[in-house]
Amino acid sequence: MIFLAILLGLVLGYSAIKFKVDGDPMVARIDAILPQTQCGQCGYPGCKPYATAIAKGEADINQCPPGGDAGAKALAELMGVEFKPLNEEHGIQKPKSVALIDESTCIGCTLCIQACPVDAILGAAKQMHTIIASECTGCELCLPPCPVDCITLEPVHENFISWKWKYPIYNIQKAQKA
Amino acid sequence: MENRSPYIVNAPSISIIMLKVLLALIPGIILYVYVFGLGVIINILLASITVVLTESAILTIRKLPIKPFILDGSGLVAAWLLALSIPSIAPWWIIVLGTILCIIFGKHLYGGLGYNLFNPAMVGYAILLISFPSIMTHWQTPSNLMIVDASWLDQIKVIFNSNLLSKETLDAMTSATPLDYIKTQLSLNQPLATIQHDKIFGFVSGRGLELINLGYLAGGLYMLKEKIISWHLPVAFLSTLFFSAWLFNFFAPDTFASPLFHVMSGGSILCAFFIITDPVSGPTTPRGKIYFGTAIALLVLIIRLFGGYPEGIAFAVLLLNICVPLIDSLTQPRIFGHK
Amino acid sequence: MQLNNIFKFNGGVQPEENKTLSTGLPIARLPIPKKLILPLRQHVGQVAKLKVKPGDQVLKGQMIAEADGNISASIHAPTSGKILKISEEILPHPSGLPDFCITIEPDFEDIWIEKKPISWKKIGRAQLIEALAQSGIVGLGGAVFPTHMKLKINQNQTIHTLVINAAECEPFITCDDMLMRERADEIIQGALITQTILEAKKCVVGIENNKIEAYEALKKAAQKTSIEIKVVPTLYPSGDAKRLIYLLMGIETPNDKRSSDLGIQVFNVATVAAIYRYLELGEPSINRIVTITGAVKTPQNFEVLFGTPLSNLINAAGGSLTKQKKFIMGGPMMGFDLPSIDVPVTKAMNCVIESSPELFPAPKPVMPCIRCARCADACPVNLQPQELYWFSKSSQLEKAREYNLFDCIECGCCSYVCPSNIPLVQFYRYAKSEIIAQDKSKEAANTARERNEFRLARMEREKKERAERHAQKALGAQDKEAQDEKKSTIAAAMERVKQNQQENINN
Repeated sequence: MIFLAILLGLVLGYSAIKFKVDGDPMVARIDAILPQTQCGQCGYPGCKPYATAIAKGEADINQCPPGGDAGAKALAELMGVEFKPLNEEHGIQKPKSVALIDESTCIGCTLCIQACPVDAILGAAKQMHTIIASECTGCELCLPPCPVDCITLEPVHENFISWKWKYPIYNIQKAQKA
Repeated sequence: MENRSPYIVNAPSISIIMLKVLLALIPGIILYVYVFGLGVIINILLASITVVLTESAILTIRKLPIKPFILDGSGLVAAWLLALSIPSIAPWWIIVLGTILCIIFGKHLYGGLGYNLFNPAMVGYAILLISFPSIMTHWQTPSNLMIVDASWLDQIKVIFNSNLLSKETLDAMTSATPLDYIKTQLSLNQPLATIQHDKIFGFVSGRGLELINLGYLAGGLYMLKEKIISWHLPVAFLSTLFFSAWLFNFFAPDTFASPLFHVMSGGSILCAFFIITDPVSGPTTPRGKIYFGTAIALLVLIIRLFGGYPEGIAFAVLLLNICVPLIDSLTQPRIFGHK
Repeated sequence: MQLNNIFKFNGGVQPEENKTLSTGLPIARLPIPKKLILPLRQHVGQVAKLKVKPGDQVLKGQMIAEADGNISASIHAPTSGKILKISEEILPHPSGLPDFCITIEPDFEDIWIEKKPISWKKIGRAQLIEALAQSGIVGLGGAVFPTHMKLKINQNQTIHTLVINAAECEPFITCDDMLMRERADEIIQGALITQTILEAKKCVVGIENNKIEAYEALKKAAQKTSIEIKVVPTLYPSGDAKRLIYLLMGIETPNDKRSSDLGIQVFNVATVAAIYRYLELGEPSINRIVTITGAVKTPQNFEVLFGTPLSNLINAAGGSLTKQKKFIMGGPMMGFDLPSIDVPVTKAMNCVIESSPELFPAPKPVMPCIRCARCADACPVNLQPQELYWFSKSSQLEKAREYNLFDCIECGCCSYVCPSNIPLVQFYRYAKSEIIAQDKSKEAANTARERNEFRLARMEREKKERAERHAQKALGAQDKEAQDEKKSTIAAAMERVKQNQQENINN
C-alpha cells in the first residue's frame, strides 16, 4: 500500500515537472480579452496594468466600459467568477468613434500627441496635427489636454466594408407579419 | 428590408409529417382491433383528448401560441404510441396519467417541440411501468384465445371500472404475453421446444400479435416510401436484433428463442419504425443512426434475455437517448473538399 | 440530350424552373436612358480610382475609373456624354447603403472611342493580361472577380483544363441561356482565346440538360474545335464552380485551395464572350444581358448598358403587374431584396425578379427545429446545417467555425427543405459576418497593444537618455569633458538612429 502510494507520488511529481506546459501567464490571457483602447476609464493607466490588477485580485472584472457587458462576461469565464454587468461608475459603453482635429483651430502645441496612448496623432511643434484614423481607438485622452478644444469624437458609421448581416429575429408571433 | 432568401420553399410542414406517421400507424391499429377488440380505440381516444388539453394548458402557462404547437401533431404521435404500448384493458387513468407525464416530463420540461432529450412516449411508458408494475403487465388475451367470450362492451367496462366485471371474466381476459411466458417458463427450466407448443404461439411469435406486427411493418414501409424516415434506423435495429438473436439461438437453441420470434414479437416492429425514428431524440447523422439502432437492438435483446423485464425497448431507448449528443459529435460525415 | 456525366454530389434540390417565362422573346436592346449611374464599386477588391471630374466629356468606351492595384477592375463609359456629378447613390446591395457613383448624362450620339482590337495571337501572355486589366471585365456570373487575375498564373502552376460554366442552375434566370442561343459563336471564340491564354490542354463546357436550344447552338459553334460540351442533370446548385468541376471531372476541390491550384479554371459564358469582344473587337465591358422576369407584363432578356436605372428596365418589360413593387436581384434561392426601383444596373446584376404574393408567398411561421436532418440530406457541400444553425442561433461562433461554417456557399438548399420554415441561410450569413467582424476587431486590438507598448518603451528610453545627459553635464569639467561630451552625444545620437532603424525593421 505505502509502496504503491510512494510510486504513484513519484510518477505524478515527475510528470508535473517533465510535462509542464508553459502556457500564457494569466496577465497575458486577461490582456488578450481587453479591447486595448488604453483609455484609463477603469482607473488604471492602460489595459496591461488593469489586466495585472485583475490577475492579482485587486480590481473587479466589470470596470472596462469599451469592453462592455460582453467583455465582462468573457473575463468572468476566464477567471471563473460570476458575471457582473458593467459598473457604470467607470463609464458607459459608447459606439465606436474616432477623434477628429479641426485643422482650422489647431495651434500645433503637441499636447495631444503626448497624451495619445497609441501614438495615433501625427504632427510636430508648430506643425499641423492630424489623427491617424485607422489607429485611433477612441479613448478620448486627447480631448482634455487640447488648449483650444479643437478635437471632437466622431462616431464611425456603417459603410460597405463594415456592414454586417443582422441576427435574424424570427418569432412565431412575429413571422405572420413578415 | 426583408432578405429572406430563399424565397421559395418546398417542404412538408411538421403537421403533414406527423399526419403521415399517424396514417402509417392505422394498419397496425386496425389489426390490433381485429385481434384484441376495441379497447385500444378507447385508449387512443383518451390519450388524444388528454394530450390536446394538457399541451394547451402548458402552452398557456408558457405564454406561447397554442394553435401552431397543437396542430403540429407531435403530441398526438407521442400519445398514440403510448396508447399502443400499454395493455388495452388498463384502467382509463393509466393512459391519462401516462400521457400527462409524457407531455410534461418528456417534452415541455425540456423546452417543448424540438428540445426534448428523451423520447416522450418512452418516458411516459417507463414511469408507468415502474410505478404500476402489476397493471402494466396485465395484458389482454387475444380474442380468438379467450375462454369466456368478452364483448366490446365488456372491454370498455373494464377500462373504466374494473369492478364492473366478474372475477372470472377479468381473469379470462388477461394472460401472459408470449415474451413474458417464455421468460417465466425458461426460468423454470422448461425447454424451448415445449414452450413453443403452447397455444399462445402462432407461426413465428404470439398468435395474433404477429399479425399486428405485420400491420406496423406495412406502415413502416409506407413511411419509408414517403421519405418520412430513412432506412438506416429500422434496418440497423432489425438486422442487429435478428443476427444477435440468431447467434444466441445457434449456440443454445433450447434456451434462446429463434431470431424471427424476437423480431416479430413484443414491440420490435413498432420500435424499429416508429419509436427510435423520433427525429428530436435521435441522432441526425446517417452513421450515427446505424450505431444508435444497433446499440438499441443489442440492449433490447440483453434485457429480454437476461434482464428483469420481459420487454426492454423503453429502457434501451431511454439509455441510448442519453448517448445521442456523443454519437452525433463522433459521426460527423466527411465534408465536400475535406479529407 | 444525353447526359454524359457519372459524378453526383450529395444533396441538391430541384425547384420549379420558371425559365420559359423569359425565353419567349429574343434579347432586346434597351434604348439609351436619360441618366447612367456607375458605382465605383462593382467588383471584388479595391474600389476603382476616378479619372474624370464633373463637366468632362467622355466617349463611349472611355475609361472613367482606373483599376487600383491588382485585384481591381476599371470602369468605362457605356455611352458618350457628359459627367454630371460624382455623388453617393443607393447601390443594389442587401445593405441598402449608398456609395460613390459617377453619373453620366448621355448626349445620345453614342460615339465610340477609337476601338483598338488586340491581335491576341501575336502578343505574349503577360501583355495580354495587362491589356485585359484595362478592359474592366469581371466575372459576369455574379462573382464579379476581376478576370485578368484569374488568367494570371504562377510559373510553377499550370492550368490543364478550362471549364466554361453554362449551367445557370437557379430558377428564373435565363440570361446565359439566351446568350448561348443567340451568340454561341462569340462564346466559343472567347473560350478558345481563354484556352490559348491559359495554355490549357482541354476545354469543357458544362451545361444543364434543360437548355436544349442553347446546347444545339453551342454544339454547332464548337464543331470544328476541340471544345467538349458536356451535359449535366438539372439540379440546383450545379452551377456552383466547385460542384460543376466535380460533376464534370469527379475532382473535389479541397476547401482550403482554389481550383486553379488543381490546374482547373472556371469562367462563365458571358465572361468569355466579353473577353472575345474586347480582344477581337476592342470593346471594353460596358453592357451585359439582364433577365427581367416575375410579375411584369412581358418578361424577357435585355442587353443593358451598365448604370441604367432599374425603372427603365421594368418599363421596357411592360411594367409591373402588382402594386407591391418589391424586386429581387438574382434568383429566388440566393437573391436579395433591392432597396428601391431606382438602383443602377451593375456588373453583378444578372436577373431581377418582380415579386408577387403568387410567385413568392409570405413565409410561414417559424417552428423550432425538429432535428429531422432533411437539411443535411440536401446540402451540396455535405455540411450539417442543423448543427451550424444551433451554434449560430446561440452565438457560439467558434464552434460554428469549427463545424466548417465558412464552407457554406449560402445556396439555400437547406432552407428550401426545412419543415419548420427556419431561415437557415440568414443565420449563417449573420454568423459569418459576425466572425469576420470579431476577427477584425481582434486584429485592431493587437495593433493598438503593440503601439502602446512601443510608446511606453520609447518614453522609457527618452527618460534614460535625459538622465544620462544630466549626469554627464554634472560630472563634466571644461574642455576635455566638453570634447568628450560632444563625442558621446554624437555617438548616442547615432545609436538612437540605429535603434530606431532596427525597431522599424522589426515592426
